[in-house]
Amino acid sequence: MSALLQLHELRKHFEVARGRVLQAVDGITLDVREREVVGLVGESGCGKSTLGRTVVGLHDKTSGEVRYRGEQLPARYRAKDFKRWARKIQMIFQDPYSSLNPRMTLREIVAEGPVINGMWRRSEVQSRVAGWLERVGLSAEHMSRYPHELSGGQRQRIGIARALALEPELVVCDEPISALDVSVQAQVVNLLANLKETMGLTLVFIAHDLSMVRYVSDRMAVMYLGQLVELGPADDVYFRPKHPYTRSLIAANPVADPEHERRRPPAAPRGEIPSPVNLAPGCRFAGRCPFAAEVCRAKDPAWREIEPGRFVACHLFDPASGHPDAGQR
Amino acid sequence: MTERPAHVLEVNDLRVEFATHGGVVKAVRGVSFALERGKTLAIVGESGCGKSVTVQAVMGLIPTPPGRISGGSVRFEGQEIVGLAPRAANRIRGKQIGMIFQDPMTSLNPTMKVGKQITETLRHHEGLSGAAGRRRAIEFLERVQIPDAGARVDHYPFQFSGGMRQRVMIAMAIACNPKVLIADEPTTALDVTVQAQILALLRDLQREQRMAIILITHDLGVVAQMADDVAVMYAGQIVEQGSADDVFYRSAHPYTLGLQQSMPRRDERRRARLEPIEGSPPDLFSPPAGCPYVERCPWAMKVCGPNDPPLWTVQPGHAARCWLHHVNAAARRPERLFRGALMPEGTAA
Repeated sequence: MSALLQLHELRKHFEVARGRVLQAVDGITLDVREREVVGLVGESGCGKSTLGRTVVGLHDKTSGEVRYRGEQLPARYRAKDFKRWARKIQMIFQDPYSSLNPRMTLREIVAEGPVINGMWRRSEVQSRVAGWLERVGLSAEHMSRYPHELSGGQRQRIGIARALALEPELVVCDEPISALDVSVQAQVVNLLANLKETMGLTLVFIAHDLSMVRYVSDRMAVMYLGQLVELGPADDVYFRPKHPYTRSLIAANPVADPEHERRRPPAAPRGEIPSPVNLAPGCRFAGRCPFAAEVCRAKDPAWREIEPGRFVACHLFDPASGHPDAGQR
Repeated sequence: MTERPAHVLEVNDLRVEFATHGGVVKAVRGVSFALERGKTLAIVGESGCGKSVTVQAVMGLIPTPPGRISGGSVRFEGQEIVGLAPRAANRIRGKQIGMIFQDPMTSLNPTMKVGKQITETLRHHEGLSGAAGRRRAIEFLERVQIPDAGARVDHYPFQFSGGMRQRVMIAMAIACNPKVLIADEPTTALDVTVQAQILALLRDLQREQRMAIILITHDLGVVAQMADDVAVMYAGQIVEQGSADDVFYRSAHPYTLGLQQSMPRRDERRRARLEPIEGSPPDLFSPPAGCPYVERCPWAMKVCGPNDPPLWTVQPGHAARCWLHHVNAAARRPERLFRGALMPEGTAA
């Protein structure tokens, strides 16, 4: 399988005040293969949403590369770049309330992209929009309604229709279900899965719900303070996490099974995520890590492939790192 | 009263409604539960099901108007608190029953040092002085494991992270050593690792203080980790209640089953497809005459539309509000639904 999207050493920094730089995305290298679902998990402030927005051009890159089918995407998008790349790469947003223009009808929202891009003639807007509303589980009668007349789940369906009406190849889904109730989450996940199959989509699925990410993804990437700490097949990362942060994330994630919860020791990692402003050198998890050694505070861990397809950035898994327990786990 | 009642809190047939421009919303429609001393009861349900309104009514926090408690009773250690004069009610609320909220930023006073906020209830209820209050505040900050409590006591809420603010709020709620702590979505706004810390803290405090907890949440994972007993709410009613094991492993209401099937299962070999609950909850302006879940239920029968099912005991301590447990529906009961005692004939309206 070839890589559809390649990120190389991608960085996005924000200057929050003179001399204070927020390293939201700090050197991410990741390939996304065609027709694959890559899940990106991490806690708030880890940079997962900034990463998604940088990929689709909503943020200018600070440095590094984003390649799409080998072609480098612009560092800073201009109007013509959006017009070209928005047809290939689309985004679905977390908040179905603020991401739809409240003054546009559903017809205008869904048709805007395809009409601007010359994909739909004006005369066919009606039938095309009707088709999309039905594909996402709404009815054609909803066409002249406004977003405020819909429930959260229905709005997210419109967000999906708007993104997919352009027939993109890659869709970045930024927490598409976090704002929804449990029963509605499953509706939206199944809808995305069906459309992914029929349209042959590639998805980057950003979320903080580990069990849902594991469920929808082929591969799972774990992010902490702007960097990837672990990557691998989703089940493998979920059931056999390696990086101490991934382990604590999974240990902290409560499972809807009282028996399972009674069996496992309650485990909460120490401390909270530090501020991503002017970070000190060394491993970013060192301050909370139960295995931290001197080397962890001195030197950044390398991003290494420790088994085929399994990447970890941790001195514990690098025999040459100088960590006293290196290579024993 | 010489004998302590078995349950520290008893809610009986509680009803709450809100007058709005669109009409009267019946948010809570006859909720009953009993809270055991030192135990955790989780009230679980989706947005709009009435779980928060239920505990707000217990705490006397229903804004009136537009809201009002239109019926039912809430008894704390046998004493009725609905309709009690504010002075008498305040001797129980805040002292005997503490509460923490989802969003600690908006529930703390941004212009008051946290130390002062923590001891506000103590000064009110026990007439604590300034210097003694400050010492107590530091003690409480230490109990909720806030590092450097001696300095933090003089900080304002904005100087704390989300998780630390939730700890401050817990310190406030437990300051008077309440017998009941109501926690309304206490970790929903927090990250999963911080959530784990806060849940662990609540469990520790519960053990130390022998405090009963009512935990309001929509997260079945949090329920599984924390709850002894569970009440599942839907459209203003409790549709199933029982021990956590009963509700999770012997689900007796189609909605409880539906919720579980909408979530990914923790099974590596088999990736069962999610089975969402189709449709959406009913409009509580005009709640349906019969079962509120009928439109979304895969096993709905003719009786369910017009007739409200009774809350039926399917085994001791485990009840469900569903006609599928009626003796006449025995053949229609799906394999996946718990098969307990059958409702006798003649119960159908």
